[in-house]
Amino acid sequence: MSMDDLYQEIILDHYRKPHNRAPSLDGEAVHVHHSNPLCGDEMDLRIRVADGHLDAVVFDGEGCSISQASASAMTDATTGRELKDALDLAEDFRLMMHGEGPSRPDDLGDGIAFTGVAQFPVRVKCALLGWMALKDAIETHERGANAHTVTHEE
Amino acid sequence: MPIDVEAVRSHYPVLDRELDGNRLVYLDSAASSLTPEPVLAAMDRYYRWSRSNVHRGVYPLAEEATDLYEGARGDLARFLDADPRGVVFTKNATEACNLVAYGYVRAHLGPDDVVLSTVMEHHANLVPFTQAAHAVGAEIRHIPLTEDGQLDLEVAQQLLADGRVTFAAVVHVSNVLGTINDVARLTEMIRDANDAAVVHVDGAQAAPHLPVSVRDLGVDSYAITGHKLLAPTGIGALVARPELLDRMQPFLTGGDMIRDVTLEGATWNDVPHRFEAGTPMIAEAAGLSAAIAELQTLGMDAIRAHERAFTAELLDALATVPGVRIHGPKDVEIRGSAVSFVLDGIPPHDVGAMLGSRGVCVRVGHHCTKPLMRCLEVAATTRASAYIYNDVDDLEPLVEGIEAAAAFFAR
Repeated sequence: MSMDDLYQEIILDHYRKPHNRAPSLDGEAVHVHHSNPLCGDEMDLRIRVADGHLDAVVFDGEGCSISQASASAMTDATTGRELKDALDLAEDFRLMMHGEGPSRPDDLGDGIAFTGVAQFPVRVKCALLGWMALKDAIETHERGANAHTVTHEE
Repeated sequence: MPIDVEAVRSHYPVLDRELDGNRLVYLDSAASSLTPEPVLAAMDRYYRWSRSNVHRGVYPLAEEATDLYEGARGDLARFLDADPRGVVFTKNATEACNLVAYGYVRAHLGPDDVVLSTVMEHHANLVPFTQAAHAVGAEIRHIPLTEDGQLDLEVAQQLLADGRVTFAAVVHVSNVLGTINDVARLTEMIRDANDAAVVHVDGAQAAPHLPVSVRDLGVDSYAITGHKLLAPTGIGALVARPELLDRMQPFLTGGDMIRDVTLEGATWNDVPHRFEAGTPMIAEAAGLSAAIAELQTLGMDAIRAHERAFTAELLDALATVPGVRIHGPKDVEIRGSAVSFVLDGIPPHDVGAMLGSRGVCVRVGHHCTKPLMRCLEVAATTRASAYIYNDVDDLEPLVEGIEAAAAFFAR
């Protein structure tokens, strides 16, 4: 495998200087904690909701560069979107990780740089961690709850 | 006689592979060893020449198959200096540990008993016993680590003081730290505190690398797996005192493990057959015999000496890389050849990916030791682990790969 196929420069940029990385969020609606025990990736994701839109999305955690960079790109791509629209985009990213699509490449923003991860099955979970945490956070909000913890098994 | 690594390497076809133009450097033998030609040939010969089921067949092929299978039992018993009547074949070490947890701990322990374990156990030697202890209401105590990654035997003495420890499950060689535990001494301490205590040992990382005498260790049962000692996947064993097996309840029931069956019930076959239900792994047993022969030809003392020397070089080489921190003892007299480390600020998965891209195969992650990871205050480590086919030529690609990861992922 080639390191450059996996680690696009955009990914390394997000890894080195993550966007919307914060340990707390004022006015947080939901906080979810997701982990990927195989790799030791840990992710705290917090969202603030206003008028049916994602008013703010922040993450914190530790893990490999792919998981952290993907979460960073995800926050950029989803902040400001309607909840349903963000869920739809998360599904588009998930399908991309399984070698399909994406059908909304422009909306994924820097998330599109993760296309190559689909060739590395063991790293797909890393790239998906932030997106799956977002999906869970939105669904948790829609259930009327405010916290949820999920461990992703292999 | 010292090991001739070049001659050893010629038995492993995969070592001729190149990965993206890089020479294959296999440093993941603690996860699984490579397989030499004689092991492949032994399995192939069974399937081509003696293919039939074991036990009860009265024609020559079935006798050959039975000889291969029962021969492996004897070979393994001799290899580990144990009684062949105490050798139960399982699919791996995990199943061997579960056999003890279900057959002994769940059948014989109760709320007055204490199970002794350690914080450095692989999940395979931890979870079956925590589950069993919970099921019978027994307490569990864990021996902690010293500063340099050994078991703290002073604390162990305190944990044993009230004489309530009636069962212990301890690892011989840590798959993460590399620590070689003084199992004989610990067993003595456990028996001094309670002479009825049963001691079970996870030997998965020891049997491939050290001369092991289960008799001299004085333990009641010892779990091994074939695929870490040149044998195929799919065969492991519980090597136990026959008297312990006699006291254990069957774990899996069905064919071959019974003496008589009625529509209402059954009586059990003698040990060890009582614990081997159904058609066993016959080709794998033939492969195990060939693997043991390969190891015995080299000699376990020579293997240990080779790995001790290699590990000393590996530790020295890693010490030259800025930002590398090694977890586990630095003294090669008390450690095996699995070396875990973290690279400051660079996640182990990324270190592993960089090494993999250069043909260097190492393991990254928690190595099925999450409680140990918590003790070490890391989420994961990178682990390089050597065997008889590694030599100092493998160190340069490893060190260069780590340095490349440090440069590539530097923030």
